[in-house]
Amino acid sequence: MLSKGLKRKREEEEEKEPLAVDAWWLDPGHASVAQAAPAVASSSLFDLSVLKLHHSLQQSEPDLRHLVLVVNTLRRIQASMAPAAALPPVPSPPAAPSVADNLLASSDAALSASMASLLEDLSHIEGLSQAPQPLADEAPPGRSIGGAAPSLGALDLLGPATGCLLDDGLEGLFEDIDTSMYDNELWAPASEGLKPGPEDGPGKEEAPELDEAELDYLMDVLVGTQALERPPGPGR
Amino acid sequence: LKCTEKYIYYLSFQSKSDIISTVEFNHTGELLATGDKGGRVVIFQREQESKNQVHRRGEYNVYSTFQSHEPEFDYLKSLEIEEKINKIRWLPQQNAAYFLLSTNDKTVKLWKVSERDKRPEGYNLKDEEGRLRDPATITTLRVPVLRPMDLMVEATPRRVFANAHTYHINSISVNSDYETYMSADDLRINLWNFEITNQSFNIVDIKPANMEELTEVITAAEFHPHHCNTFVYSSSKGTIRLCDMRASALCDRHTKFFEEPEDPSNRSFFSEIISSISDVKFSHSGRYIMTRDYLTVKVWDLNMENRPIETYQVHDYLRSKLCSLYENDCIFDKFECVWNGSDSVIMTGSYNNFFRMFDRNTKRDVTLEASRENSKPRAILKPRKVCVGGKRRKDEISVDSLDFSKKILHTAWHPSENIIAVAATNNLYIFQDKVN
Repeated sequence: MLSKGLKRKREEEEEKEPLAVDAWWLDPGHASVAQAAPAVASSSLFDLSVLKLHHSLQQSEPDLRHLVLVVNTLRRIQASMAPAAALPPVPSPPAAPSVADNLLASSDAALSASMASLLEDLSHIEGLSQAPQPLADEAPPGRSIGGAAPSLGALDLLGPATGCLLDDGLEGLFEDIDTSMYDNELWAPASEGLKPGPEDGPGKEEAPELDEAELDYLMDVLVGTQALERPPGPGR
Repeated sequence: LKCTEKYIYYLSFQSKSDIISTVEFNHTGELLATGDKGGRVVIFQREQESKNQVHRRGEYNVYSTFQSHEPEFDYLKSLEIEEKINKIRWLPQQNAAYFLLSTNDKTVKLWKVSERDKRPEGYNLKDEEGRLRDPATITTLRVPVLRPMDLMVEATPRRVFANAHTYHINSISVNSDYETYMSADDLRINLWNFEITNQSFNIVDIKPANMEELTEVITAAEFHPHHCNTFVYSSSKGTIRLCDMRASALCDRHTKFFEEPEDPSNRSFFSEIISSISDVKFSHSGRYIMTRDYLTVKVWDLNMENRPIETYQVHDYLRSKLCSLYENDCIFDKFECVWNGSDSVIMTGSYNNFFRMFDRNTKRDVTLEASRENSKPRAILKPRKVCVGGKRRKDEISVDSLDFSKKILHTAWHPSENIIAVAATNNLYIFQDKVN
């Protein structure tokens, strides 16, 4: 991603100003914010983040790191602006009560308007299909797979993506970039045990054991998809 | 190296078109490879020192240039795949030829760089221009002989490792067994055997069952320099995981987990972004790892997971500017970091074409600038200083005058000598320390 270079030549007298301005962006729990934190400041940061998210999702292939960081930041901002809203639990610092009330009062309308328009825009984006498909789609006839088949030890048992973009709020934003359709992975119905989520020390659970029926089903899928694959051509 | 020793500006190579995207010395330091945004690789070779000019060490001159990756179009997804070289890693030299791995977002390639200084002459069935002879005209047979020719350096692609990454490759790392290497993208790490291109083993997979649950990505990965079963990978949440491939086929359970608790006094909306690790490097000894996040470089002891043993501030004056840097996306810049050969000094880049060195023993640090205006051949680099507030001294530069479009993301340090390579946008600078 290209940087938008910022070359600023300021008079030396003005040097102190930027430092003060930036204090507004600090967490509401921070001491300096309690002094002068116009509600519009946080709302602007929210808008900026929403804009970045929108722009990122419009890329044909979003930079996943950038996207994840912006979404996580947006969650933080949103949580601090509207702690009573129906959002997924996000760890946020306790806001100074007066500051939080001010933010809520003045930014509620702006907040909901921004979110609504963003979600509406995103629902129009022609994204990738949300439903995972069998491996056969990955190899149309005539095109050999020159690359990796993940080892059986790395079976990714996917459930079909569910939920409507509008229902899930921020979470739903990732549905558009779900590339499970194109992954080299096997499809299995939602009843299969799900692969554990992102690496997370204390919260990580054991993957459920597969019973015999599920194992049989898996084998059928494996055999079925292998029959559809064409072996790679010689000389690769 | 004493960190306060001044560097001599040595050689500047100006790439004509493209931004340099990776820089890497080979294991002896004889060769220096650069990759650029246009998919080209340029290799420099150090000249042999001549007896006439003992005081002058060998300079680096262009040895080979080749197009490693071309832009591709993925028809299935309707996506263009950039040809930009994300990383180059050398293999240790095992014969006369040199081997390196270069990668763009999706495909890793193994290149062989070899010299040809002889060519066969005197074929029976072909004439000197290569045209076929009528066999009926051949009355005697001769054995072709090798005749000397002008030195030619050729680069040939020996392996192409494709179609194994759904997401963008950010790292490659050659294993100390010299038989395998790994490639890491945002969500997965694959293990390859150099001889096998149509199969790789997935050793780390952090993709959640529902992409909606995605909160963290892999940002860098590297093999341990001596233990071929051990590797580390860093994340966008500022954590490092050390994994042992002997433990299980899929290394989703880490052996060690390195994370520093957040400093509550420095908390902001941007805490997570600035904690995202952009580079992780083992020390040459294998005892430490170094990580780079937006504002600091940290050194970790492998035996202590709960906090780094050393933290160095690269440009702390940016801490109060995070909102502006978020606005212009600079806060997402990915800086790399490197060790010197003896692991006593670490180096990383910053803005305004500044780069920083930290001496771990003396705790002294220096800021230097890579720019043509300030560097003349054999001139000593002057340390630079950024003025944060108050009265600015004559040679200092104020924070607000920094040019954020001039960023040094990629640097390299010669494996045994005090020679460094610094990539400043499309310019490559090579500096060495003063020779008496």
